[in-house]
Amino acid sequence: MTNPDICVIGGGPAGLEAAIVARELGAQVLIIDDNPVLGGQLIKQTHKFFGSKEHYCGVRGINIARILTQKVSELKIETINPATVIGYYDDDSIGVLQQDRLFAIKAKRYIFATGATENMLAFENSDLPGVYGAGAVQTLMNVYGVIPGKRALVVGSGNIGLIVSYQLLQAGVEVAGIVEILDKVGGYYVHAAKIKRAGVPIYLRHTIVEARGKEAVESALITQVDDNFKPIKGTEKIIECDIILIAIGLSPLCDLLYQAGCRIQYIPELGGNVPVHNEDMMTSRPHIFVCGDLASIEEASTAMLEGRIAGANAFQAIFGKNDKAKAIIEEAKSELATIRNSPFEQRIIKGKTKFKQG
Amino acid sequence: MKGYISEHPILKFERGRKVKFYFEDKELEGYEGQPIAAALHASGIKVLRYSERYNRPRGFFCAVGKCSSCLMEVDGRPNVMVCMEPLKEGMRVYRQKGKGKLK
Ligand SMILES: Cc1cc2nc3c(=O)[nH]c(=O)nc-3n(C[C@H](O)[C@H](O)[C@H](O)COP(=O)(O)OP(=O)(O)OC[C@H]3O[C@@H](n4cnc5c(N)ncnc54)[C@H](O)[C@@H]3O)c2cc1C
Repeated sequence: MTNPDICVIGGGPAGLEAAIVARELGAQVLIIDDNPVLGGQLIKQTHKFFGSKEHYCGVRGINIARILTQKVSELKIETINPATVIGYYDDDSIGVLQQDRLFAIKAKRYIFATGATENMLAFENSDLPGVYGAGAVQTLMNVYGVIPGKRALVVGSGNIGLIVSYQLLQAGVEVAGIVEILDKVGGYYVHAAKIKRAGVPIYLRHTIVEARGKEAVESALITQVDDNFKPIKGTEKIIECDIILIAIGLSPLCDLLYQAGCRIQYIPELGGNVPVHNEDMMTSRPHIFVCGDLASIEEASTAMLEGRIAGANAFQAIFGKNDKAKAIIEEAKSELATIRNSPFEQRIIKGKTKFKQG
Repeated sequence: MKGYISEHPILKFERGRKVKFYFEDKELEGYEGQPIAAALHASGIKVLRYSERYNRPRGFFCAVGKCSSCLMEVDGRPNVMVCMEPLKEGMRVYRQKGKGKLK
């Protein structure tokens, strides 16, 4: 294995765009991803994506993954997958575990695009088998075609909760309801409307207090909450279900960045602990770049734009300033600004400025 | 096979060949190359291990190799993340108790 100019860790939309841009500019690039197929979150998304027209708006997530993967193979970008990056070492090499083989790779620049991991929720018996991450159920049913259960209860009405509910219906699973602790639905109106039309109840101002069952989920206990989110006695309801999906948010996967000695800062607007980075997606360690959900929990279109910025900057860091790279970066930055200026995404702009104060 | 989606409005599933494997010495069927956890779930098995301290049943949570909730003993090796480990013909899979044992 020859050591690449740039090693991209994570083959979701952010990492793939970063690799494509860096390769097109002329760098030798290696992508490492722990899944058998590239695409990250996209490979489970059957719905047509929201976002801007330039960034595959209206295209199903699974098809965006195919388009990007096709480009990767056309450009003959080397990929190692399935393989997991398990550590970052003092000599600035990374450890890669591929089946039973462990080896080191040392690149001139790294782009981390590891995405995010699903948040867990604490309630009685929340460790009972059948309490799954919403993304886990997507993987099971949309990637492997396994029937996840007969009747599902979904916790959280953000876009993920709404979309997964719809995907459950597509796969022939009954959805008993969606529980939302706030007094309004978190996700986009279009997704909520689809769910309501299908007759799925959305329990606003409700939360789950207990999973019930002997060895696996047989039902759930939900209850209404007051203004302080405390359960109101006497409002408990038992919902029959054999799976409970937790869709309450994601946290950036920054373990490897901690190991690499990158500064990490807690910024709630960006999804929790995130690697500190500048507009060029460079971390506090100049040879390490980040992009996508790892840098801020957002969406595929912004992940791809950040990937382009990271890819072009990593290239320039090795090969020197370049007009083509500069143009890519400027274009991506201006598109990001447009997307993030929408009423929904102001929080990201706010979050990203917090680094400067830190 | 039972436990699998046969018709879907959008997706087509490419599956490996059917293979036999063993869960707690019981013969089961699955598709080669799919994660062991997917084959078990399709066969109705959700309890993958028992927890260290309180011996509580545990299943998977993330299904993408991040949370370590699905560790089982596979062909004599403990702590195998079955949500990622591809199924092979003849594999012997056991529920793990606590930290498991090296054989
Ligand atoms: C249900 C749902 C619906 C969504 N709908 C939309 C939508 O309509 N429009 C939109 O724009 N966005 C949508 N999104 C969001 C979008 O999917 C994400 O923002 C986007 O995928 C983030 O891209 P990423 O490349 O940063 O991370 P990911 O797509 O998560 O990719 C990261 C990759 O890195 C791999 N990885 C992590 N750690 C390692 C390691 N140590 N070694 C090797 N590989 C590793 C992961 O396994 C994964 O393959 C949706 C998300 C979900 C869950």
